[in-house]
Amino acid sequence: MEFFERFAIPHPSPVIYASMVVIALTVIAIIAGLTYFKKWGYLWREWLTTVDHKRIGLMYLISALLMLFRGGVDAIMMRAQLAAPDNKLLDAQHYNEIFTTHGVVMIIFMAMPFIFAFMNYIVPLQIGARDVAFPRLNAISFWLFFMGAMLFNISFVIGGSPDAGWTSYFPLAGNEFSESVGTNYYMIAIQISGLGSLMTGINMITTIMKMRAPGMTMMKMPMFTWATLVANLIIVTVFPVLTVALAMGTMDRLFATNFFTSANGGMDMLWANLFWVWGHPEVYILILPAFGIYSEIISTFSSKNLYGYKSMVASMVIISVLSCLVWAHHFFTMGQGAASNSFFSITTMAIAVPTGVKIFNWLFTMWRGKIRFTVPMLYSIGFIPLFTIGGVTGVMLAMSAADYQYHNTMFLVAHFHNTIIPGVVFAMLAGLTYYWPKMFGFMLNERIGKWTFWLLSIGFVLAFFPMYITGLDGQARRMYTYSEATGFGTLNMISFIGAGIMAIAFALIVYNVYYSIRYSPRDIGSDPWDARTLEWATNTPVPEYNFAISPQVNSIQPFWDAKKKGHVLFPDKLDKIHMPNNSGMPFILCSIFFVWGFSFVFAIWPLVILSTIGIFACLALRSFEKDHGRYISVEEVKETEEKTGGAKL
Amino acid sequence: MKIDHSQPLEYSTGQNNLNIFGFWIFLGAEIMLFATLFTTFFTLEHRTGNGPTGAEIFEITPVLIETILLLTSSFVIGLGIHAMRLGNKKAMITFFSITLLLGLGFLGFEIFEFVHYVHIGAGLQTSAFTASLLTTLGTHGAHVTFGLFWGLSIILQVKKRGLTPETANKSFIFSLYWHFLDVVWIFIFSFIYLKGMM
Repeated sequence: MEFFERFAIPHPSPVIYASMVVIALTVIAIIAGLTYFKKWGYLWREWLTTVDHKRIGLMYLISALLMLFRGGVDAIMMRAQLAAPDNKLLDAQHYNEIFTTHGVVMIIFMAMPFIFAFMNYIVPLQIGARDVAFPRLNAISFWLFFMGAMLFNISFVIGGSPDAGWTSYFPLAGNEFSESVGTNYYMIAIQISGLGSLMTGINMITTIMKMRAPGMTMMKMPMFTWATLVANLIIVTVFPVLTVALAMGTMDRLFATNFFTSANGGMDMLWANLFWVWGHPEVYILILPAFGIYSEIISTFSSKNLYGYKSMVASMVIISVLSCLVWAHHFFTMGQGAASNSFFSITTMAIAVPTGVKIFNWLFTMWRGKIRFTVPMLYSIGFIPLFTIGGVTGVMLAMSAADYQYHNTMFLVAHFHNTIIPGVVFAMLAGLTYYWPKMFGFMLNERIGKWTFWLLSIGFVLAFFPMYITGLDGQARRMYTYSEATGFGTLNMISFIGAGIMAIAFALIVYNVYYSIRYSPRDIGSDPWDARTLEWATNTPVPEYNFAISPQVNSIQPFWDAKKKGHVLFPDKLDKIHMPNNSGMPFILCSIFFVWGFSFVFAIWPLVILSTIGIFACLALRSFEKDHGRYISVEEVKETEEKTGGAKL
Repeated sequence: MKIDHSQPLEYSTGQNNLNIFGFWIFLGAEIMLFATLFTTFFTLEHRTGNGPTGAEIFEITPVLIETILLLTSSFVIGLGIHAMRLGNKKAMITFFSITLLLGLGFLGFEIFEFVHYVHIGAGLQTSAFTASLLTTLGTHGAHVTFGLFWGLSIILQVKKRGLTPETANKSFIFSLYWHFLDVVWIFIFSFIYLKGMM
C-alpha cells in the first residue's frame, strides 16, 4: 500500500474526484465504442501506424483542439475565481496549479501542435512534395508530443499538478518549495514533447530545403512555407537550450544537484536565463507561422498577390535573429545592471520595426484588392488592429525603466494575451476554416463562423482590456484573490463576462463542425476559395501521394497562373510513385517513452531502467530493419485520380 | 530507387542526400546543446561552495590520454570512410573496429576519472561547479557510449549486407557524428581542463 501512496493527490477536492470519474468513464466509453464498432483494426492501420504527413497533421489538429478546451476550462476557472473580491471558489493552491497548467497547456500542448498541424498538412502540398523528408521520424515527433501531453494531463489526477507557474522559476520550483511531484511532471512531460518538436524542426527544414517542386526557387516559396522554414530554424536553435535546462531542473529535483538551488554555489537566475533563451524565441516560433497563414489568407481574399514579398521574407529573418537577443526583458527588475537592461530594451523595441513592416504589407495587399469578407478573412482583418494594440503595449513593457511599474502585473498578462490570441489563436481558427475544405471535402458554415468571429473578438476585448487598467493600478498577476478596497472588482467581473463570451464562441466552433458535417454541400470541387498556391492544385480529398505528377513552378502563385494565364502545371507523364510503408514502431516507441516519463516522475527506478532499455531496443530494431517502401503503379494512380475528381493529369 | 552512379555511394540516392542534410541540421542542434552546457559551466565554474575547485581536482595525465585516444579514433574513422569510397569493405570494417576500440578506451579512462572525482569528494551533488562539470562531461560521454552501440550495429550491417547505398549512407553519417564528438572534446579539453588548471 505504501507504494501507492505516492500517487495520491496532495490537495484533493470534489472537482478533482469528479474529473477522475469523468476520465475513467471517457476511457471506458472509448474502449467500448471501439470494440463495439470493431474499429480497433481501422484505428491501428489507418492512424496509429500512419506515416502520411496529412494524417499526422490531422492528429495534431485534433490534439490541439482537445487541449484548447482543457486549457480553456482552466482559464474560465481562473476568471471565475477573480470575478469578485475575496472569492472562495478556489483556494490558493488550486489557483496556483490552474494558472500553471493553463500556461503550459496553451503554449506547449495547444499552440505548438496547432502550428505543427498546419505545417504538416500544408507545407508538403505547398511545395509540391509527396511527403516530408523523414516520414517515420514525423510520426515519432507526433507521438512524442502526444505522450508528453498525456503525461502532463494526468498530473492533476495522479500525484498532483505543477504549481510553480509555467515559467517554473527556481528556487520556487525546487524541492523545498514545491514538494509534490507536480514539477517533475512539468520537467519531464515538456522534455518528451520538446524532443518531438526538435525532430519536427529537422524534418521541416530538410523538407523545405531539399524537396521543393522543380522551378520553385527559395524566393518563389509561398509565404507560409517561408514562415515554417524560419520558425523551424528557431526551433532547432533554441529547443536544445530547453532540453538542457529541463534536464538540469530534473536533476536538481531528483538527484539533489545544485544547479539552481540557493546553496553550494547554485544560481537560481541561471534557470530564468536559460528558460527565456528558449521561451522568448518560442513565442516567435508560434507567431511566425501564424503570420504565414494570414499572408496566404489576405492574399487569396484580396484577389491579389502578396504585397512586398521580399520585405516579408526579410522581416521574418530579422525577427528570428532578434528573437534570440531579447530574453532578459522578462526580468528587468531581477537585478541586472543598467547596461544590460538598456541593451535588451533596445533589441526588444527593434522587433517592432520588422513586425510593423509586415502589418503595412498586409494593409497594402488589401489596398485596392477585391476583398471577400469570408470567415478566414474576418479573422485576418480583426487580427491587424488587435495585434497592433498588443504590439504597442509590448513596446511599453520593453522600456526597462517603466517596466518596474508593469512587471508581474495584470498589464503584462493583458499584453501577452493581446498578442497571442489575435496573433496565434485567430490565425489558427482562420487557418482551420480556410483549410477545412481541403482536409475534409466540405466547408464550415459561414454564418455560424461569422457569429463565432464576432463573439470571440468582443469576448476577447471585454476579457483582456480591463486587465490593462487593473494592472496599471497594481493588481498583481498570479494572486488568487484581492480585497474589496482595491476596487478591482468591477473590472474583473467584466473580464469574467468576456471570458464567458469567448467560451460561447468556442462552443459555437464545435457546433459549427457538427452542423457542417450534417448540412454542408459536398460538391465544392478542390478549389472552393479561388486560391493561388499549389496546395489547392491537388484533388480533394488529397490522395496519399498528393500530386500524381510533380508540378512545374514559375512564380510565387503557380496555381493562379495555371488558372488565369495558361501556365502548364503538370507537364510530365505519369510514372509509378514511391511511398514509405506504415510502421507501428513510432507508436510503440513513444508509448515506452510515456512509461519512462511516468516512472521518472515518481522515481520508480527499476521501471526507468527497463523502459530505457526498451527505447534503445526499438532504435536498434529500426537500425537493422530493411524497409524500402513501396510503389504505387500507374494504373492505381489513374484510378485514384478519376475517383477523386480527375483533371489533374 | 534511382541510383546516381556519378556520386559517391553515400550520396547516390535521393533519400541518402536527405539523410545527410538532415543529420547536419541535427548536428546544428547538438552544437546548441553543448553550447548551453558550456555556458552553464562557465557561469558556475567558480561557484564551488564547500567543494573543491577545478585546479584542485584536474589531472593532466588521464585527460591527455583520453584526448589522444579520441583524436586518433577520429583520424581512423576518416581512413575508414576513405576505404569505403574505394570500395574496400574489409579495410573499412577494420578501421571502424579500431575506431570503436579507441572509443571504448576513451570511455574506460573517463569512467575511471569519474570514479576518482567521486572518491575525492567532487560528486554530482557537491557543488554547482561539480554538477555542471560532470553533466557536461557526462553528456559527451553518453554520446560516445551511444556511438559505440551505433557504430557496432553499422559494422554488423556492413559485414552482412556489404557496401550498399544504404549502409554506406549510415556509415558516413556515423562518421560525421564521431568527428563532431571529437570537436566537442577539443573544446572540453581546452576550455574546461586546460583553462581550469591554470
